[in-house]
Amino acid sequence: MTHNENHIIKVSDLSIGYRSKKHISTIASNLNIELKAGNMVCLLGKNGVGKSTLLRTLTKVQPALSGEVFIDNKNLKTLTNNELAKKLSLVLTERLPDSSLTVFELVALGRQPFTNWIGYLTSEDMEIIYAAFEKTSTKHLMKTKCYELSDGQLQRVLIARALAQNTPIIVLDEPTAHLDLHHTISTFSLLKNLASEFNKTIIISTHETNLALQLADELWLMSSSKFVSGPTEKLINDDELDNLFDSDLIRFSKTLKQFTISHSK
Amino acid sequence: MINPIKSYRNTFIILIIVLFIIFLINISLGSVYIPLKQIFLSFIDGNVEKESWKSIVLNYRFPKAITAIIVGSGLSISGLLMQTLFRNPLAGPFVLGISSGASLGVAILILGGSFLGANIASYSFSSWGQAIAASSGAFLVLSAVMVAAAKVRNTMSILIIGLMFGSLTSSIISVLAYFSSATELQQYMFWSFGSLGNLSWKEISALFTIFIIGISFVIFIIKPLNTLLLGENYAKSMGVNVKRTRNFTLIATSLLTGVITAFSGPIAFIGLAVPHLTKLLFSTSNHKTLLPAVAISGAIIMLICDSIAQLPNSEYTLPINAITSLFGAPIIIWLLVRKRKIYY
Repeated sequence: MTHNENHIIKVSDLSIGYRSKKHISTIASNLNIELKAGNMVCLLGKNGVGKSTLLRTLTKVQPALSGEVFIDNKNLKTLTNNELAKKLSLVLTERLPDSSLTVFELVALGRQPFTNWIGYLTSEDMEIIYAAFEKTSTKHLMKTKCYELSDGQLQRVLIARALAQNTPIIVLDEPTAHLDLHHTISTFSLLKNLASEFNKTIIISTHETNLALQLADELWLMSSSKFVSGPTEKLINDDELDNLFDSDLIRFSKTLKQFTISHSK
Repeated sequence: MINPIKSYRNTFIILIIVLFIIFLINISLGSVYIPLKQIFLSFIDGNVEKESWKSIVLNYRFPKAITAIIVGSGLSISGLLMQTLFRNPLAGPFVLGISSGASLGVAILILGGSFLGANIASYSFSSWGQAIAASSGAFLVLSAVMVAAAKVRNTMSILIIGLMFGSLTSSIISVLAYFSSATELQQYMFWSFGSLGNLSWKEISALFTIFIIGISFVIFIIKPLNTLLLGENYAKSMGVNVKRTRNFTLIATSLLTGVITAFSGPIAFIGLAVPHLTKLLFSTSNHKTLLPAVAISGAIIMLICDSIAQLPNSEYTLPINAITSLFGAPIIIWLLVRKRKIYY
């Protein structure tokens, strides 16, 4: 295997799952990924197929069963939490615990891996925080309390927090799960813009399959039998999407580049 | 570029002035009326009208007020730490079983006399004996909670484990109480009422030293505590060592609560309520603001409670524990009903 400098994420022979004292339950194995910087990737698959487990393994929340993950050419195992926090930021699905944090304070927390022991914000930190507000057009919300935000606003603010962390990679776990169509599309186009304009590598696990097919540069398709990754067009041409849902109800239409309901016989 | 995080400088200045005023009021009140001017004169070693006044101020009221300040801020900081760590508004020094552990230590010392022979009973009247018993009890229960905490990942489970240890210790105390004599029981009851007076300067300096050690642990976790406001997963993703933060919090809390309970008895309510009062006053979750705010408010409220417990110009002194809850609980209820929402 040739070692390519340009791969921001490289995964070889990865097995993911859970290990307890008595037995190992493998959720997926033989995962291989080579991803270049500045791409927006959508991770697609049915519920329960292991999308979250894969993201958790890539972000070092849980250990891999076997295989290697390289983030920015560094082995994930050798990166400390703080080093990883400078390469990769997260936007999670889980609800934020109640607090009276303001939007500014929330976004500023993204600077945590870079600030001193008491969390003092230097003028450089302030510039990065303000840039994050600009990019997500949330500057007007700065003094609002987080609990006053709508779901759509909160999602943008959480993305701003990830941007304040200023990492080359941003991983989002179902970022549009609670959003209506308008906010879903605006979130996706914001993310797409961050990838193409600011060279961020964006990894999104999502159920917005049709949107992903239109916008994603690359797809990671996960089904119970197989994992494939590659540019969206290539996967469509290789008929890789046909087996994604493994169901008679859904059909992939190559001409529409969309999933449609199968017509009953 | 402006930093829109409020500094609350004026609120802090007002709080410190209030603290100073309440401190003076606290010292001037008591069974004997002493004019404010005479109090000043006692402090600067001037000519006090009556020698007994100077003695009352310097040897009794001043150390008691200092104790109140340490106890109030220590318990309130512990409460704030617990509420952030467990992300639960009901958390306080009592829930981790720390206070119950201290009570258990003192109960064994005082009530266990009948079981363990008269040898230890002779130590039970000295405040140092009680302090050591309470600290070891608090430490023992907290170690048990920490061992359990190392095995479970979920902070909610730790909270429940702490509560279980709490009920375990209180049932042991009930069993001990059932078998002990009336005098022993009375002595234990007096300890459990809580008391801020009767501490010598030596004991106060011991209290203060441990207080400072506890606070220095807290200073190092201010930043990770703020990150923990987003939940453990976000904190981890930002490079926070969650386990270390958790351990530091537990150590700081047990030191503060353990030593305070040891010297002044299990004082209820302050640890739970003061953080809420402060959060309503400051409406922020930022620990850089909240920690000093909670420390000052805790001191103020403890001094007020102590002043009321004195029953000024009477011979009686009420148990401090009764006052903290009697006056504090309605205030919290009123604030909650008025403001509707409370954050942790």
